[in-house]
Amino acid sequence: MRRFLVPLIAMLIFVMLWEWLVWFNEWPNYKMASPSDLGPAFWKYRILFFSFGWDTLWRTVVGLLLSIFFGVFLGMIMGFSKIIQEGLYPLLIGFNAIPKATIVPILALIFVGQHDFNTVLIAFLISFFPIAVSVSIGLSTLEPEYRDILRALGASKFTIFWKIALPKTLPEFFGALKVAVTLAFIGTNLMEIVSPHGRGLGALFDSGKTNSDYPLMFAVLIALAILGILLYYMVVFLERTFAGWADQLSR
Amino acid sequence: MIEFDGVYHKFSTKTSELQVLKNLSFYVPKSGFSAIIGPSGCGKSTVTKLVAGLIKPYNGRVLLNGEMVQTPRSNIGMAFQNPVLLEWRNILQNVMLPLEIVKNNLTDLQKKERARELLNLVGLIEYENNRPSELSGGMRQRASLCRSLIHQPEVLILDEPFGALDAFTREDLWLTMSRLRETGSFTCLIITHDIREAIFLADEVIVLSGRPATNQFSIKTEKENNDNLDQLYTPHSTKLLNILREQIKLARKNEMVER
Repeated sequence: MRRFLVPLIAMLIFVMLWEWLVWFNEWPNYKMASPSDLGPAFWKYRILFFSFGWDTLWRTVVGLLLSIFFGVFLGMIMGFSKIIQEGLYPLLIGFNAIPKATIVPILALIFVGQHDFNTVLIAFLISFFPIAVSVSIGLSTLEPEYRDILRALGASKFTIFWKIALPKTLPEFFGALKVAVTLAFIGTNLMEIVSPHGRGLGALFDSGKTNSDYPLMFAVLIALAILGILLYYMVVFLERTFAGWADQLSR
Repeated sequence: MIEFDGVYHKFSTKTSELQVLKNLSFYVPKSGFSAIIGPSGCGKSTVTKLVAGLIKPYNGRVLLNGEMVQTPRSNIGMAFQNPVLLEWRNILQNVMLPLEIVKNNLTDLQKKERARELLNLVGLIEYENNRPSELSGGMRQRASLCRSLIHQPEVLILDEPFGALDAFTREDLWLTMSRLRETGSFTCLIITHDIREAIFLADEVIVLSGRPATNQFSIKTEKENNDNLDQLYTPHSTKLLNILREQIKLARKNEMVER
């Protein structure tokens, strides 16, 4: 009971303060929105919220799936081959150091008009790095004895990877996936905001900005928060399903 | 049977070469049980890797049943000081792991039966559904022993398997080990730094010199039975213990002179 009540009261106090601030300063809607404006904004644009929310969601998920495949593959070859690791690491770090907001206009220009593709691509580019690094570290730090028990029986490299290395890396992988899902979500929204004639919640936010429609902008923020939480718990659910044993280990 | 015939081995690093084995020869007969003891860092673990075919000798021959060991083969079981159980599997699944690698015609039920037989033998039958982290160090090591024997290997290699356990648990595991030996028929090579363990378990104790290791001394233990710990305190065992202690001292002294 207390677990629900305390956060709920805190949230209520926050919303009341916000409402009071707007009311006290007599800010009009083109300057700032109050919480009581959000309901009508949601209702007014309800169809757009659902269809654009869906756009943002599926683009993020597809981008994340791509970065899982690519990240795991990259991490795998880096984890198994010292030479590949030495060659790719500086490249990866350099690429990761570039703020992705600067990639957005470049992609938007190169693939002009291909809005879905652009958005998925940026979600992917921004989120594969932590996955690749965690998988490669997980594999390269595998204790030699683990490998030896199977190798001594004549097991192939793939069998060792599948039976031991991969499951043993799963906890690190899911740790990275929690970071990656947030990053992919950021990437999706970046592209949706920047790319013209876009769809998705980012585009809705942008049109709110253009019209100084603060209630709409704040309503989008709330919708994004809900979507972000949803995505995060999707990963948590997968983690519990596939790497629940590691959870018991740390207790 | 295991045979080392004039085996040399060295590790090369960027700057230097480290010779670990030098003209090492010994012989473990079929169904025999030999222990290798020696100063720490003398290359004992290298011996296990050579038998398993995980590394190749620099020079000389390693033979299993008269055949040169070139690559890993499925008729070997291994256990290390670290039990290396897989945390995402329960004990039964951990024990059955080698059967997923080694070719066999067993049905799932037969595999389980065989695993349970072994678990019963080492007293872990009630824990088959537990995760490794829920077991004590000694119990994990028992499970590791079961895993190393599940595919009925001809050769069992133990690399300081009880090294990390407390004295009482270790003695319990010695008894478990001799029980396992009675029921199975495998040739066993144990690497250890515990002289009493070597005397209790093995038919022959081989003492390696300090690095680079070569055979310095070997002695047959010649015991009557292996079913209790009392035999460790007979005059015969005490005599063996003293002889072996002297040999280890000698090995360490020579090593210090050489360095």
